[in-house]
Amino acid sequence: MNSRHDILIVGAGPAGMAAAIELRRLGFAPLVVDEQSAPGGQIWRDVERPRPDALRNALGPDYAAGAEVAGQFRASGVDYRPGTRMWHIEPGLRVFLSQAGKAFVAEPKALLLATGAQERPAPIPGWTLPGVLTVGAAQILMKGSGQIPERPVWIAGSGPLPILYMRQLVAAGGQVAGYLDTTPRGAALRALPHLRSALRGWADLRKGLAWMRALKAGGLHIEKHVTDLVATGTERLEALSYRTADGKAHRVEAEVLLLHEGVVPSIHGTLSVDCAHVWDEAQAALRPALDDWGMTSVEGLYVAGDGAGIAGVRAALARGRLAAQGIAARLGREAGAAEVAGARAELRAASASRGFLDAVFPAPGSSVEIPDDTIVCRCEELTAGEIRAAARIHRGGPNQVKAVTRCGMGPCQGRQCGYTVNRILASAYGQSQADVGFFRIRPPLKPVTLQELAALDEGREAP
Amino acid sequence: MFKQLADPARRSFSVFIDGAEVSARDGETVAAVILRAPPHIARHTPVKETPRAPFCLMGVCFDCLATVDGETSVQTCLVEVQPGMKIERPVGKLRITL
Repeated sequence: MNSRHDILIVGAGPAGMAAAIELRRLGFAPLVVDEQSAPGGQIWRDVERPRPDALRNALGPDYAAGAEVAGQFRASGVDYRPGTRMWHIEPGLRVFLSQAGKAFVAEPKALLLATGAQERPAPIPGWTLPGVLTVGAAQILMKGSGQIPERPVWIAGSGPLPILYMRQLVAAGGQVAGYLDTTPRGAALRALPHLRSALRGWADLRKGLAWMRALKAGGLHIEKHVTDLVATGTERLEALSYRTADGKAHRVEAEVLLLHEGVVPSIHGTLSVDCAHVWDEAQAALRPALDDWGMTSVEGLYVAGDGAGIAGVRAALARGRLAAQGIAARLGREAGAAEVAGARAELRAASASRGFLDAVFPAPGSSVEIPDDTIVCRCEELTAGEIRAAARIHRGGPNQVKAVTRCGMGPCQGRQCGYTVNRILASAYGQSQADVGFFRIRPPLKPVTLQELAALDEGREAP
Repeated sequence: MFKQLADPARRSFSVFIDGAEVSARDGETVAAVILRAPPHIARHTPVKETPRAPFCLMGVCFDCLATVDGETSVQTCLVEVQPGMKIERPVGKLRITL
């Protein structure tokens, strides 16, 4: 059952699919594994499914475009194993995976992590209550299950995704109770210097503006520069309170609240093998340091897609192709100069509006105080107050705070608390977020059963 | 909390959440079904036994962990629902019987 492939690609979203297609074109036979049951990643989740016209139209042409890439991916004849989790990477590139309860090892000459992004945790008091989800989660429910909130839904946060989701939801017959825009005052002004570059990506910006205009014309209730958002309820979400730009406090009943504060690269894989990372100030997140082909500081380990830094789907496709070309060259087969130049030009064009978007929708920084009663670590149920108390005594950073509180030791392995702890410690220590850094990531990257572990050693399948 | 949009091409079938019959459709995840079936939760946490529902739907929050066909701590947002599936919502710490 152990894999004998020279190339392993983890993730079958845009970057992973583009890399696989390019590698097949260059005569290689990579293995592609993915957690989901179908290719597409989150952006093109379940894109191959035939849908009723109304839902297809509501999801829009950018989503539908993924079907063509998924079609090319399937037709490439690549060895694709859906429903497969990667749970450990060892130096020298031994990769541990599990599919349907059976663990196996891959020892590729090149490993491409195309594991994408996740939504940045948006901690507010009450965000663990049933009824509070992320905007991305609601969009995935619409794509995968054809499912929308039953009643008018509250949406709070900042970024392009809430605007896109609201447009899709309204087109599908859903209703938005209100959009609580948490983008701080002055962000638009700070974005102006990036506008010239962004105009090269004008089509994307115009699309976003058109969606917002249409939503406003449809009577969308928008509150700008919202702060002090709190979700309340006992067994489930019952109400929201928030403060508007004029300083007034509001309280509304709510059944479903969707949160979103942008997306951050998925870095657990690269952190776990000590790849060099850089702190991206504009995106307030870590990303792996990469060469022109997407290779990390670890030989043979590549990253493509939003895991390399948030840049969107077009850039992910280009980065996937570039990583494939880099891997091909490494294994002794050069891609044509024209193909490489084409991928580089596409990546540049696709990245044109990113600086503007990062400035228009800034991540909440360490200056925004998270209330003491907010749960920071959803797994271990630790509050911001508890993390601050630990930070007052323990000055050694995230790993020391983790050791004394258990923050980040639950099943999510810090995916939902890492950046929040970073913010709190930056504020408590008077350091920059870049200096505070992130948890040390230890195996397993995803929970694995003893049964799976026990069966590994002899290379036989778990019973 | 959530409702299905019409999609006649999808096959419908029954699954069971804590023994109660719930309607599900081809291609959706177990977490999606949980969000349609009152009380819309996946579990009560092992730490403080507070109720949790699927939150991120993309495999990074682990709030949708439930028992599926006897397998404990399954990320239900990553598992496609199958006809007759038995889903149980855990309460508190798992009790291991040896």
